[in-house]
Amino acid sequence: MQTSSFEPWNDPDARPLIRFRNVTKRFGSFTAIDNLSLDIYEREFFALLGPSGCGKTTMMRMLAGFEDPTEGRIELAGQDIAGIPPNRRAVNMMFQSYALFPHLSVWDNIAFGLRRDRKPKEEVAARVEEMLRLTRLENFAHRKPHQISGGQRQRVALARSLAKAPKLLLLDEPMGALDAKLRQQTQFELMDIQEKTGTTFVIVTHDQEEAMTVASRIAVMDEGRLIQVATPDRIYEEPESVYVADFIGEVNLFEGRVTPEGEGRFRVDWAEGQPPLVAASARSFAPGQACFLAIRPEKVAISAERPADADNAVQGRIHDIAYLGNLSIYHVQLPSGQIVKAQTSNTRRIARRSFTWEDTVWLSWTATAGVLLAD
Amino acid sequence: MRRVILIAVPYLWLLALFLVPFVIVLKISLSDAAISIPPYTPTLDLSAGWQGIRDFLAALDFENFVWLTQDDLYWKAYLSSLWIALASTAMTLLAGYPIAYGMARAPEEWRPTLMMLVILPFWTSFLIRVYSWMGILSQEGVLNQFLLWLGVIDRPLMILNTNTAVYIGIVYTYLPFMILPIYAALDRMDNSLIEAAEDLGCSRLTAFWLVTVPLSKNGIIAGCFLVFIPALGEFVIPSLLGGSRTLMIGKVLWEEFFSNRDWPVASAVAVVLLLILVVPIVLFQRNQERQQEAEK
Amino acid sequence: MNRLSWFNTVSLTLGFAFLYIPMIILVVYSFNASKLVTVWAGFSTRWYGELLRDRAFLNAAWVTLKVAVASSTLATVLGTMAAYVMVRGGRFRGRTLFSGMIYAPLVMPEVITGLSLLLLFIGIGLDRGVLTIVLAHTTFSMCYVSVVVSSRLATFDLSLEEAALDLGCSRAEAFRLVTLPIIAPAVISGWLLAFTLSLDDLVIASFTSGPSATTLPIKIFSAVRLGVSPEINALSTIMIAIVTVGVIAASLISKRNLVRQRRDELAAVRG
Repeated sequence: MQTSSFEPWNDPDARPLIRFRNVTKRFGSFTAIDNLSLDIYEREFFALLGPSGCGKTTMMRMLAGFEDPTEGRIELAGQDIAGIPPNRRAVNMMFQSYALFPHLSVWDNIAFGLRRDRKPKEEVAARVEEMLRLTRLENFAHRKPHQISGGQRQRVALARSLAKAPKLLLLDEPMGALDAKLRQQTQFELMDIQEKTGTTFVIVTHDQEEAMTVASRIAVMDEGRLIQVATPDRIYEEPESVYVADFIGEVNLFEGRVTPEGEGRFRVDWAEGQPPLVAASARSFAPGQACFLAIRPEKVAISAERPADADNAVQGRIHDIAYLGNLSIYHVQLPSGQIVKAQTSNTRRIARRSFTWEDTVWLSWTATAGVLLAD
Repeated sequence: MRRVILIAVPYLWLLALFLVPFVIVLKISLSDAAISIPPYTPTLDLSAGWQGIRDFLAALDFENFVWLTQDDLYWKAYLSSLWIALASTAMTLLAGYPIAYGMARAPEEWRPTLMMLVILPFWTSFLIRVYSWMGILSQEGVLNQFLLWLGVIDRPLMILNTNTAVYIGIVYTYLPFMILPIYAALDRMDNSLIEAAEDLGCSRLTAFWLVTVPLSKNGIIAGCFLVFIPALGEFVIPSLLGGSRTLMIGKVLWEEFFSNRDWPVASAVAVVLLLILVVPIVLFQRNQERQQEAEK
Repeated sequence: MNRLSWFNTVSLTLGFAFLYIPMIILVVYSFNASKLVTVWAGFSTRWYGELLRDRAFLNAAWVTLKVAVASSTLATVLGTMAAYVMVRGGRFRGRTLFSGMIYAPLVMPEVITGLSLLLLFIGIGLDRGVLTIVLAHTTFSMCYVSVVVSSRLATFDLSLEEAALDLGCSRAEAFRLVTLPIIAPAVISGWLLAFTLSLDDLVIASFTSGPSATTLPIKIFSAVRLGVSPEINALSTIMIAIVTVGVIAASLISKRNLVRQRRDELAAVRG
């Protein structure tokens, strides 16, 4: 976990390591990056998150030097890096395919970049050994890439890109080729290594859980634009748009019209014949403005009776139950036909589960549980 | 039963029409030339029983092979064939690699067309492709006329009927065999490997030397063997494009057989040529196997 | 994404120019009115007319075609059998020798193959003519067929054949109804390869043919040994035209099939 003191993006005096200034990148008539500005600070573990084709890989390739922006400038430590070829940048990249040289051993792969700098032999050897220790690959130094496992290959790729001690390390879907279990373990290793080396990491991923786990900040992207840049908890708890709320995790959305009731409280009329919902928001909305109330399934309580003190309560029928072991997700159909998901932790054994299919239940949540979003 | 037939038919065919002829060549290479039909002795007389076979074996000797070492025509022909094959293989590699590389870097939608353009000459008659150079390289040929017109030369160059023409012919006819395996190796290569090399500090040129070339090594080796092996025993190219001074073993064998009608010596020439070829063929086979291993 | 550098462009241009200019010159000069190959005397189709009136050439062409059809068909049958034995035959005595005999003719110099077959035919007293050329061509081209077919068989999913057996086919029926249709493209390209090799072959045919059977390459070779001849230019042009049309047609057909397959797959995905 990041300590609360590491928040350079909130420090007006901090100088960012990377600045994107109104960057646009076009391939022919296709706009991959659309007038985008972004600051990334030293020692950050920054995640670019979005669906495929959102432009996140293009951002990374521009940092590495494989693409140049069509418009705008990219600064690294205050210097414009446009036109500097990839081999002259203090930036290294870990490729999605790992791009390990199949004709070279693990050792030679890691030494590859160091040798390009014409470093003395002993220095290269010392650095390679250090990298092998860091990634726990000492016993595989003399194998060829096809003689080691996928997880080991991933670590070789990491060691190779870290060997030159770059100012900035780019990771393109670094765990894309690993299976779920190994991926989780690797995520923690990666955070560990990042902390040990103090290198700034920029990771590209389409896996929101991965971004939430590793990143100090996440930039959610879509169609070449930044939708929201914030810490993982803020992205999850305070999404600024329906897109972000929907992209990260599960969410229930109630579409309606808002009426301010003062003191940051709003009434949401969302369906004929249904009691209005109540939500708190620091933002201001005009009376009658179309909006969405977004609420996470784990913040929706499920009960047989109507809770007395709930801000919001709606009645429905259990349509489906997804039993996931540690938790269950109830799909409750409201009279309007809308399905609302409510999640409960299975702290008890399943035999004692209180609800089953077709039961009529109450769903309830507090006014502060949901997030009110403009349409 | 059906399996036995399935194996036996192609097996017996190859035994009868590949292996047995070969044994005959070996046998005749150990016989003596004679003015008779067939023009060599001894002939195996099975009616004489064991004694016949013993007499037959006793009459065989290595005289023809000794002859090959004594007359310097033969070893000069072997050496010059080796040299011509080696040099033209190197030239084909130099010409073929940039083409294969360009093809591998070409936009995806062009590649099938480029492939077709490389393969098309292969389906065209070999003889015609060699022949086409006769009209270009001769004294009054297109090339000389062009160079005269440009003013580069003031007298036509003698190219046809020299070794230069043989080199051109070999490079031209075997170029597709060099391009295809190299292209296959380059096409398989992941472009991110080059990007990784550049990312780690290589310039374009060093990335090419340190990554592209080693990774296309198997294609280069395969291409070189595919050119070298047939070039060594080549007959058509030296006899159409080469001059009387062009010595290649395929031509020598042909003349020994058709002009001199010395079958035992022709056979001995063939046996030695084959022995020379065994080395590159085995090496080639090993390279192919290694490559298949690596792909698994 | 790939952009061709000037180096790539130059090497591709020069390379393909080198491959094609000689043939283009040949084609152009076949329409030359002059007997002297090097002097351009205006457009004429005269040599085509002379070629078509030349009985010796027509005979040779007919012999060549007969030999090519017979040997490539025979080679396809034998080569497919050999491929099946190599890939599916399992272990049997002499397997190493068998695979050696399959691969050796591919790298054997033609002069040696020709010489050895000739010595065989003389040894067994077989008169040299069309039959001996067919036998010779079948022997070396069956090896090419077997290489082409066995590379297809090697990637063939065995479970397809097993499914056919499971559904009640005999082994022969499974081969005819399932295996053969799937490997058919490889068998066809094997046949085409064998056909082309036979049409093309000069050296082996020269050794194994007798005075009664002259093939086109033998005829061409004896004509061009003396120098460039406009009739041969015309003949070459006809042969180049046939091959070009054939190769382009084949590639268009395979491209159309590919496009159709992609479209079907897309339609299937969309439902």
